[in-house]
Amino acid sequence: MDNFTVGVVVFPGSNCDRDVSWALEGCLDIRTKYLWHESSDLSDVDAIVLPGGFSFGDYLRCGAIARFSPLINALDEFVKSGKRVLGICNGFQILTESGFLPGALVANKNLNFICDDVELDIVSSKGGWFNNGDEKQTIKLPIAHGEGRYHCDSDTLKKLVDNELIALRYKNNPNGSSFDIAGITNEKGNVLGLMPHPERACDETIGGTDGLFTLKSLILK
Amino acid sequence: MDQFAVKVFVRLRPSVLDPAGEATKSASIKLGAEGIKSLRIGKMIEVKIEGNGENEVREKIDLLCDRLFANTVIEDYEYSLEKL
Repeated sequence: MDNFTVGVVVFPGSNCDRDVSWALEGCLDIRTKYLWHESSDLSDVDAIVLPGGFSFGDYLRCGAIARFSPLINALDEFVKSGKRVLGICNGFQILTESGFLPGALVANKNLNFICDDVELDIVSSKGGWFNNGDEKQTIKLPIAHGEGRYHCDSDTLKKLVDNELIALRYKNNPNGSSFDIAGITNEKGNVLGLMPHPERACDETIGGTDGLFTLKSLILK
Repeated sequence: MDQFAVKVFVRLRPSVLDPAGEATKSASIKLGAEGIKSLRIGKMIEVKIEGNGENEVREKIDLLCDRLFANTVIEDYEYSLEKL
């Protein structure tokens, strides 16, 4: 844990990279390192966060261009080795575009950019990303997105349900996501993508600490 | 080398809700247009590309459409190709 380092990936247009780094370093004392998207050397980081923002201006589709960054190409090996990858908001969009997670994220049903706190049910804690051990099955996290409506076909949805890959569901679906999905994991559980921003809920003074557990989980083996 | 002008059309799959299309449909009705049954918004991408013959160019365009221009989880694509 002493030298455990979380790589925070920076794309042109990322804007939550510093928030993630602040939350990890300042609130959890976990070392971070910024990784420019053109780097493909992941040898000195132990986990990776793909932060929120508007990589490449969301041109074509959210996450569609970022998918071709050298760092994302190198991510395949990293994920296969079992190391942990957390994609938040635009990071989640990049993970679906690049095929690390199934489905896609499309324009919110009401076309609004929604900036709000939402209540979320923890459905599965596959990979240990959420604390659903005892009484706390619901958390509150901020969302801030225009294209956060999770979409997948019915076969994929069945697979997500059957394999307990749905991590979080909105209590009051704000964006029209299929099955109220707010976050999913891969089958192994070492990759989590979610639209809500845990890094914005790591200190009581800014409205809550329900995001701490998820960020802290980055150091799990 | 032959040059081709390619027009790629990317559309949301019919099963995917298109809120931007719905909003535009609503504005179209406010404008006074009658009889609109459905309105959906897609993208058109124009590419000029060269290659050895149509088959080679089609292979390249297929790859581009499948991997980049469209996300086949939510979108379908088709294209037309004209030799210049």
